[in-house]
Amino acid sequence: MNNALAIASVVVKELYRRKDFYVLFVLTALITLLMGSLNFFNDDKIVRYLKEICLLLIWISALTIAVGTTARQIPAERENRTIFPLLAKPISRGQLVAGKFLGCWLACGLVLIVFYLFFGVISASREHQWAAASYFQALWLHWWMLAVVVAMALLGSVVFAAPSSNATICLVVILGILLMGRHLNQVALQLAEPMNTVVYAIYFALPHLELFDVRDLVVHNWDPINWLVCGGATLYAAAYAVFFLFATWLVFRRQPLA
Amino acid sequence: MKPILKIQDLVVEYRTHEFGQKVKLAVNRLSLEVFPGEIFGFLGPNGAGKTTTMNVLLGFVPASRGAAYIFNVNVREPIARQRIGYLPELTYYYKFLTAEELLRFYARIFRIPAAEADRRIDEVLKLVELDAVRKRPIKTYSKGMQQRVGLAQALINNPDLLILDEPTSGLDPIGRMKVRQIIQRLKSQGKTVFFSSHELGEVETVCDRVAILHQGELRAMGRVSDLEEKYKCNLEQAFLKVVGYEPGL
Repeated sequence: MNNALAIASVVVKELYRRKDFYVLFVLTALITLLMGSLNFFNDDKIVRYLKEICLLLIWISALTIAVGTTARQIPAERENRTIFPLLAKPISRGQLVAGKFLGCWLACGLVLIVFYLFFGVISASREHQWAAASYFQALWLHWWMLAVVVAMALLGSVVFAAPSSNATICLVVILGILLMGRHLNQVALQLAEPMNTVVYAIYFALPHLELFDVRDLVVHNWDPINWLVCGGATLYAAAYAVFFLFATWLVFRRQPLA
Repeated sequence: MKPILKIQDLVVEYRTHEFGQKVKLAVNRLSLEVFPGEIFGFLGPNGAGKTTTMNVLLGFVPASRGAAYIFNVNVREPIARQRIGYLPELTYYYKFLTAEELLRFYARIFRIPAAEADRRIDEVLKLVELDAVRKRPIKTYSKGMQQRVGLAQALINNPDLLILDEPTSGLDPIGRMKVRQIIQRLKSQGKTVFFSSHELGEVETVCDRVAILHQGELRAMGRVSDLEEKYKCNLEQAFLKVVGYEPGL
């Protein structure tokens, strides 16, 4: 664990010393503040649209940071040859994978806290109320969804040589799951065999990331979801993250580095 | 005396993607031993298998056959690397870290207690003459300074065995002299150094014993003076004879 945490601390340092996060945060803040300064048709419910846009920007930014940061970790170590002095130390490849995952996931957590704080301040300034439990659940589930995304991108980084192709494939798969995942069973019903079974198998096998999208809770100020359901979703994400990390280790452990 | 590093019948094969050639033999039945306190030069022309052998010693590449041991521990075990320091041929480190942060990171991997780590960081940064720039990001360092950061990280755990892959490669004469001085200082401290180099003059100056590798096979091994006596010439000419190079061809 010590080794994994040491690597994670370097990943977190890398994130806050690079410009990616600051650029995305400034862009999100600018767009949100610009939208917030406008007043269409004197509609007092317009703040919901503002919240919806701000949350969408947060989701896009967080996904970009998670996939972009993770996809380059191991390939950059190889390309810059920093992996050689690192693995020449008493550290296993499993610890390296665990450290990279922890670092990227913790970095995503810090990014989410900054984004959600900004979002909270903006919406509270307009609505004069703050549904803390709903906000916490939205942030918590978002962070756990990113655990699956980070683990998936890490697996891609040991399979695909170029970080750009890994990032593109990951983003397409993630967007596909977010947009299409919940409809796949209905698609399967309309198909003949064997495609029916194939699509059903995909439906049950893929991680349903859309389950973690509870933005409506904070947009419409709904009551928080049942905490047991929230806990179940956390376990579901943890199981998928562990599966992807195990697969990453299986691929990486025997890969020649030179 | 027990060897600190032992290579037994090591064979390393690579799968190539070239048409008609499936397996390339990088190292062929290599056996050698390095003893405590020795400076051992590992020589050979480009492609001889030196870096591949080092990669096996460090666990980067698995051996196809045979085995290698460091401190009697099979190199496949990460713990075998607890008491070694390694300097790769081309050194690049995390550019966004300072030298001090980099060394603290590696010290943490070796589980060196914080107070001891601080003391070691001061010591190695002074040794490689980077103490004044320890707070500067590595991206601002010259090539020679980066090589010295590499040496500092290789020494952070006060290793008993140093594996250096062409430590003076790409350095100017002053940089080479400084690295050579550091190696000699380590020798005087009783450290064992296993290093590859193309600089035969340098090898002649600092090495106790050398091994010459060619096309993956061990062609000669012994004390520098013994090789010079055997081939009746200096190390450079002996090296050329061993690898079968004929001037003028």
